[in-house]
Amino acid sequence: MTNALKKIYIGLIIFFLYAPIGTLMVLSFNASKARTKWGGFTFKWYAALFENEEILSALFNTMLIALLSALAATLIGTVACIAMTGMKRRTKSIMMGITNIPMLNAEIVTGISLMLLYISLGIKFGIGTILLSHITFNIPYVILSVMPRMKQLNPSTYEAALDLGASHTTAFFKVVLPDLTPGILSGFLMAFTMSLDDFIITHFTKGIGVDTLSTKIYTEVKKGIKPEMYALSTIIFVTVLALLLLVNLSPEKKEQK
Amino acid sequence: MKIHMKTFLRKQQGILIHNIANFLWVCGASTFLSLASTGCTSPENGVNGQVIVYNWGEYIDPETLELFEEETGIKVIYDEFETNESMYPKIEAGAVSYDVVCPSDYMISRMIKNDMLAELDFDRLPNAKANIGAQYYEQAKGFDPENKYSVPYCWGTVGILYNKTMVDEPVTRWAQLWDEKYADNILMQDSVRDAFMVAEKLNGFSMNTLEPSELETAKNALIEQKPLVQAYVVDQVRDKMIGSEAAIGVIYSGEAIYTQQENPDLEYVIPEEGTNVWIDAWVILKDAPNKENAEKFIDFMCRGDIALKNFEYITYSTPNDAARELIEDEEIRNSPIAFPDLSQYDNLETFSYLGEEGDAVYNELWKEVKAY
Repeated sequence: MTNALKKIYIGLIIFFLYAPIGTLMVLSFNASKARTKWGGFTFKWYAALFENEEILSALFNTMLIALLSALAATLIGTVACIAMTGMKRRTKSIMMGITNIPMLNAEIVTGISLMLLYISLGIKFGIGTILLSHITFNIPYVILSVMPRMKQLNPSTYEAALDLGASHTTAFFKVVLPDLTPGILSGFLMAFTMSLDDFIITHFTKGIGVDTLSTKIYTEVKKGIKPEMYALSTIIFVTVLALLLLVNLSPEKKEQK
Repeated sequence: MKIHMKTFLRKQQGILIHNIANFLWVCGASTFLSLASTGCTSPENGVNGQVIVYNWGEYIDPETLELFEEETGIKVIYDEFETNESMYPKIEAGAVSYDVVCPSDYMISRMIKNDMLAELDFDRLPNAKANIGAQYYEQAKGFDPENKYSVPYCWGTVGILYNKTMVDEPVTRWAQLWDEKYADNILMQDSVRDAFMVAEKLNGFSMNTLEPSELETAKNALIEQKPLVQAYVVDQVRDKMIGSEAAIGVIYSGEAIYTQQENPDLEYVIPEEGTNVWIDAWVILKDAPNKENAEKFIDFMCRGDIALKNFEYITYSTPNDAARELIEDEEIRNSPIAFPDLSQYDNLETFSYLGEEGDAVYNELWKEVKAY
């Protein structure tokens, strides 16, 4: 009995999480543009998607910005973590506080402040300003996931490496970095997804004619969102799902060997 | 011993960090600068310079932009917005300098009041002068009293969309949205001005009224209607009516033809009490960096064949008489939904800007309605 209840409960959770995405995937095959009418099964939105240059360039921008901003933020965030371990306790907690504020702060405040900053510095709005903004709001997430890893480090291993004749650089890359890698990776992924998701900050800091997927979708509000977007969302969802499956299955294989 | 090792480690780390930090500072700063500067260099210009256009999303046939570039050698830099309210602060902040913008009626009157628009020289806009129907310029006087600042681009009415199989009488009046037999079958627009427009027209008031007693009457009418309303929605009117989820709803005429194609049981009507005629129009900003090219752009969009392409793409009514002549499908050319004869209706009005205080009054009353 309790087992059945457990299954029903899990089932409900999964249903509520995935019913909206399921609806979207079904609609991406709907020949009618209307959400409430089934006009037959079709692949035409997928074909139209790959002919729509605007959507494709928005997709390219989104991916480029997500990748570059995540890379830069990971680099800066990781180095910041290393620096913070060398600080006194007081300075360290002040630094942690400073990096936590942007995360708790409302996005719209960050967006508008960045916009005002760029205006006052005379920086032209374009893909560069979006990238700078994304790096800015990504850094705290990287620090958040690398810092715990940093605390777990055993200082003796680094010293041992030095005692055995390794240079500082070698010791860092051979001893410290491998221990940090899981934290760095998860920080990178977190930054990547945050950047993919972002609408508000991008909206305020984007330049003329530069769109990411989120801002592109939003401009379609007046005339109704096009089914090509359903098709694209479906493709992205399936890709992410496949990647997650791959990531989750591969470690088991290694252990078996 | 342990403490000693920790300080030692700290020292070593200090040196290491110093090195890494130096290295990163150099690479980081240089990549940032180069990225920021790629943002700086303006996108490639055409032979005859560029024009920067800010328009609604999905509100132009992309092909017409290519044709314009080919014919004039002017590069179009195109950007889109989603609401008048999100467009305005971006222009006001001056983050980007646009040339041509396409706001709606009341937003144009606000921009005129705030001295943000450039006067147009219609001698340089021959197509706009010749092709845009006189009745639309007349209607545009509601927000641009001397027709000095704007050239109508798209327009339409707000009316009632009803499902013929779900009502047993012809629908002709706003008052029928207050009929109890349609309880739970009515869709209202979920936006202040649109909702109040219905209640004000019902009572024979102007939809730009600021008279407290009239506003009170309109508010009470909306509160009275509230129990009958199935939902206050925006986009969903379209889909809900196609899916026959409601019998009667308030909708923009631009959506009406499309909904009829999807569901032949639907009928659109302009209510007898009068309604809102909305106009989205091209304007040139006062600080436009490329004024001459902006004029060329607007005039090109007013050319009959180009306006026709845009009409077919957007499907909202065009004020361009030359384009209307070119429509091949007679049914659409003479459609009373797409091209109603405005002179046949009384009390047609266009929204004008009420000022910040006026907007605040409306918002306050709307809150009272929604919270009731």
